[in-house]
Amino acid sequence: MSDCRREWNREDELPVYLAGPINTGPKQRKSYGMFGSVEGAFDSKTIDFDDCAVGRRGSRTPRSGSRERLLDTGEPDGKTPANGPEAPPSNKVENEDATGVKAATNNNSLLGEGEKLLIKGGRVVNDDQSMFVDVYVENGVIKEVGENLFVPGNVKVIEANGRMVIPGGIDVNTCFMKPFLDTYPVDDFLQGTQAALSGGTTMIIDHVTPQPDESLLGAFERWQEAADKTACCDYSLHVDIPHWHETVKDELELLVQDKGVNSFQVCMAYKDVFQMTDSELYHAFSFLKKMGAVVLVHAENGDLIAQEQSKILGMGITGPEGHPLSRPEEVEAEAAFRAITLGNRVNCPVYITKVMSKSAADTITQARRKGSVVFGEPITAGLATDGSHYWSKNWAKAAAYVTSPPLSPDPTTPDHLSSLLACGDLQVVGSAHCAYSMAQKAIGKENFTMIPEGTNGVEERMGFVWDKAVAIGKMDENQFVAVTSTNAAKIFNLYPRKGRIAVGSDADIVIWDPDLIKTITAKDQQSASEYNIFEGMECRGGPALVVCQGRVVYEDGKLQAQQGSGRFIPRKPFPDLAYQRIKFRNQVTNQQGVTRGMYDGPVYEVPPMPKYITPAPSAKTSPTTNQPPPVRNLHQSNFSLSGAQSDDYVPRRSGHRIVAPPGGRSNITNLG
Amino acid sequence: MAERQTNRDIADEHDLPVYLARPGTADQVPRQKYGGLFCSVQDAFDGKSIDFDALSVGQSTPGSVRRETGQRARGPGSDGWNSLGQGRRAEKRAERSLERALERSIETRSVETRSRRDKELLQNLGEQKSERLLIKGGRIVNDDQSFHADIYMEDGVIKQIGDNLIVPGGVKTVEANGKMVIPGGIDIHTHLQMPYRGTTTVDDFAQGTKAALAGGTTMIVDHVIPEPGCSLVQAFDQWRQWADEKSCCDYSLHVDITHWNDGVRDEVDALIKDKGVNSFQVYMAYKDYYQMSNSELYEVFTFLGERGAIVQVHAENGEIIAEEQARMLQMGITGPEGHVLSRPEELEAEAVFRAVTIASQTNCPLYVTRVMSKSAADIISMARKKGNVVFGEPIAASLGTDGTHYWSKNWAKAASFVTSPPLSPDPTTPDYLHTLLSSGDLSVTGSAHCTFSVAQKAIGKDDFTQIPEGVNGLEERMSLVWDKAVTTGKMDENMFVAVTSTNAAKILNLYPRKGRIAVGSDADLVIWDTDAVRTISAKTHQSAAEYNIFEGLELRGAPQAVVCQGKMVLEDGTFHASSGVGRFIPCTPYPDFAYKRIKARKQIAVLKAVPRGLYDGPVSEYTMSRGGTPGASARTSPSKQPPRNLHHSGFKLTGPTTPDDLPIRPAGRRITVPPGGRSNITSLS
Repeated sequence: MSDCRREWNREDELPVYLAGPINTGPKQRKSYGMFGSVEGAFDSKTIDFDDCAVGRRGSRTPRSGSRERLLDTGEPDGKTPANGPEAPPSNKVENEDATGVKAATNNNSLLGEGEKLLIKGGRVVNDDQSMFVDVYVENGVIKEVGENLFVPGNVKVIEANGRMVIPGGIDVNTCFMKPFLDTYPVDDFLQGTQAALSGGTTMIIDHVTPQPDESLLGAFERWQEAADKTACCDYSLHVDIPHWHETVKDELELLVQDKGVNSFQVCMAYKDVFQMTDSELYHAFSFLKKMGAVVLVHAENGDLIAQEQSKILGMGITGPEGHPLSRPEEVEAEAAFRAITLGNRVNCPVYITKVMSKSAADTITQARRKGSVVFGEPITAGLATDGSHYWSKNWAKAAAYVTSPPLSPDPTTPDHLSSLLACGDLQVVGSAHCAYSMAQKAIGKENFTMIPEGTNGVEERMGFVWDKAVAIGKMDENQFVAVTSTNAAKIFNLYPRKGRIAVGSDADIVIWDPDLIKTITAKDQQSASEYNIFEGMECRGGPALVVCQGRVVYEDGKLQAQQGSGRFIPRKPFPDLAYQRIKFRNQVTNQQGVTRGMYDGPVYEVPPMPKYITPAPSAKTSPTTNQPPPVRNLHQSNFSLSGAQSDDYVPRRSGHRIVAPPGGRSNITNLG
Repeated sequence: MAERQTNRDIADEHDLPVYLARPGTADQVPRQKYGGLFCSVQDAFDGKSIDFDALSVGQSTPGSVRRETGQRARGPGSDGWNSLGQGRRAEKRAERSLERALERSIETRSVETRSRRDKELLQNLGEQKSERLLIKGGRIVNDDQSFHADIYMEDGVIKQIGDNLIVPGGVKTVEANGKMVIPGGIDIHTHLQMPYRGTTTVDDFAQGTKAALAGGTTMIVDHVIPEPGCSLVQAFDQWRQWADEKSCCDYSLHVDITHWNDGVRDEVDALIKDKGVNSFQVYMAYKDYYQMSNSELYEVFTFLGERGAIVQVHAENGEIIAEEQARMLQMGITGPEGHVLSRPEELEAEAVFRAVTIASQTNCPLYVTRVMSKSAADIISMARKKGNVVFGEPIAASLGTDGTHYWSKNWAKAASFVTSPPLSPDPTTPDYLHTLLSSGDLSVTGSAHCTFSVAQKAIGKDDFTQIPEGVNGLEERMSLVWDKAVTTGKMDENMFVAVTSTNAAKILNLYPRKGRIAVGSDADLVIWDTDAVRTISAKTHQSAAEYNIFEGLELRGAPQAVVCQGKMVLEDGTFHASSGVGRFIPCTPYPDFAYKRIKARKQIAVLKAVPRGLYDGPVSEYTMSRGGTPGASARTSPSKQPPRNLHHSGFKLTGPTTPDDLPIRPAGRRITVPPGGRSNITSLS
């Protein structure tokens, strides 16, 4: 198909941008389909990276945030490879000897001399359209997208043979270093990102989970250091806010402004550890909104869970089935509702992590319908399996499914969630990959509340979305790209650097094979955990080849990832997808008081001890407030002319109407 | 009326007992007169009238509560009615044969009730004469059916219902002329004589109950609000004393739980068992004052669910309100409009959602007081659709007006609308609430009558958070529902009775004593005039408040006559209420209306553990140095001890473990051969 087209163009022997307009023949129209009839259309559709970045100060996003990031510093050297119409060696190479390329990869990568790569004959699928074009990659960046590209020599050519070429997946929720009682997940950044790459995910966003007494900045740096050493793909970091106090504010400001973090998670669960009260949430939301960050919410009602847990333990239920029993899905829906209400009040975008149940998803759907800026993230486990396994006779199996919120025991849940994903009510798919070994899970063998929470899913994420939504016709391929990659990039302000195949974007590309069928099993997985919760499930669709940072890292089941090559991708605050609406709403929702004259009618004398305390924020529950003190109540003075009277406690004569107030009636208080 | 007369004549001609005569005269007798399809048999009413004692489930002492106050003097004006009754005596005489035929059945019935009446007489030694009243020619409207029948009352209890009743002499007779006779309204939510910063609301129990009677409400349920930290029982006794002194109609009491600890728990238990309280209100608003945390709510709900009481919630998210209030004041908004701006309706909806969730977790019936907004009502109706046992109570204010008045230039007017949750500024709200009320998604109507004078409201003239909260509505409640729902065709008259009276009686477990016109029920009746039109005004209302939030509203439908405790208290616009006659009506726990479903669910919702062998695989070492069990903390739940964590021992075999920074086991290491070999239980295959 694409080969023929290239044949015609080459006859003209003109640069592409000139050849384009002349060369529109009737035959070509057919091949491009309805929306791509003009040859040059693609060129203008490929986004100029810099022009599109709204609200960014620098013309170029800083591509390196930490020390050893000299990978792509000298990149804008040769703008376009217009160095002569030497015929692209299209037919010359059909996959150079793979070994040689691999060697080159290994040599070049650290020198910043990224390999040159041409992906030919693929169907490039973005979230908005699909088109047959070639993609040329140099130095880890996509340099050209189009037909008959002029590329320099010594280019590795990958023949896509008409398969889908999609932007690499972005997994927005992983926990590769989340400590549980001093133990760490078995999948660290190395294992985890390897698993990600072999599943077609080329970027992860990990959660930094500081302990309540730890500094956010310190934890962030610990995570960054670990990831810089070991991660095999680009990564970014969310920071979880363990509790809310004044110093956190300064740290957050620093993180947002200097460290490139624009998303923070708050917890409504884990009572007495991470849980925040509504007041604290209100303060956190207000502050994060001011900073332009995205608020991630772990939505479960921790108070109720704590009560239910003790009740269920009291009933003698100690196995993993106690986990879903103590965290029923309405508890999740309730918290999601509350978080959305808070978000509406503060006028702040809310991102609900781990949407596991129908009712929580429905809550989000309804809120979106009412206009709330809210995003929902179902995870692999919630989309592919259900919570019936908690009742398994095999303790180890049942414990492997323990995550929070728990998988819903309702077997129709995965179907419902994928439907909502397909229609856009849920936006992003994460994995919440947090793999603990069986021995670690066994910490809770006599008490389900002690089982470390987390399931696998980073490797299976893309496959299951394809299998459960696209392969059965719920979702089209563009929406597939949107939910696995583009939306995440937009929400977290990585777009269009990530999440799109366009000139100037990072060369994180996956050639997707929709016909690939594989059976998930712990034996074949990249993850280090002994168990896979999707064990035995068949999954259609999978990556045939993965390009990460311009290098082929996965091909036909073979992984050639390189430890430590992952870069930290800093993210700017105020992502458009979340904040544009917020900004407009800020402008219109200016509340104004009513101007009235002074009330000059009679005023009841309030005794010195007011019965109603002003419900102003108390210092006890929100230690951070530097709210102004509540307006001084002028009637609340201790001074009393008459002193205490013997009849103070006798109710006053009721039914007493003040018909002629002292000073006469005024217009303001006139009741007529 | 004419029809009824001919009916009687026909029966007379035949000289046969009615139950015999009926089938023979099928053509002549207009069947439709008895209320249509379900009432075609004459004696049907007798069977339908409920034996009060037999039905009262779970009441320990049937009929024990008929405390008479001894002030049962005959109301003035009864003489006139007597003469009229005598005039009718001649007419009656013609029916004597028929009456005789009926005697047998009535005799048996009177034997049935004899014992109880004797007891009562013993109790009421010294009373001169019991009040007897006959309402003739009315259309009795209950929540399930309407039919034409006469009602005979004696000693404040309905003794007979039917046609051609045999009544003793000297009975005062009221001619209803085909008008509706409905059970007297029950206002399930009032705050009369409520203390507030050393003062009280301007409507005390005398004034307030007068207003109630004037509006067709013959029973009120007031809220006892103990100060946080004070004894519930003492507060309850205080309220009893106030109400017994002054109340003009029967009353009952809710108790608000303003704080929660073990002492309160015992008091609540005592109130349920000994004091006749079956409903308790908790607050999700008023931060640092009345507000309860989710954990406390969970415990209260669990406890009350076990004891068979109704949990009422004031549903608003107090924490967010506190933040918003501070923000409003900071912005310089100090007038009453700040009240509604700081309490937007989604905070109400959120709290309702949370309350529904907690109630569903604890399997406890939930009653949401003061449903003021569309979104809160929607949450309730959604929850009901999912099967939750939840009742919603819109109040007169939310049914009759909206929150646009908060922006009035007149401070006093704006302040008089201040109540919590606030009236919704959306003007379509009242209509919407009426629709849900008609469809049964909302169950009862209250008034939340809590009136302050303008001088009292002016406490908050510089700060809207200081404005005492409360609106009127006790007097207008019934007419409002009639005008907005029945005359517009949303609701039928039976549903009207249900939402103004019967449902409330069922929730409080007072049914069928209250909320129904049936033999054995209390004689609290209203003759409802559907055509009367009146204009609400503070000048004419009974309440002592200077302002009426419904000022100028024209309402169709009003009580023409009100019978309370078997006495005419309102008649042709004249009022004969006497204060102090109101009795406290004790409520018993486990009302069927709420608890039948709860009980059934309790039986099936038994959680079971999965029987498994012991896990014998490797267990990772850990210390409890960091983090903690996300279990219940002892601090917040005083009642429950968290189960002992067996891993919590300080004893350690290994001594100091690996440094904290390092993972215990190098990540990525799989344990393929655990010590002791693999077992079936932990097999991963």
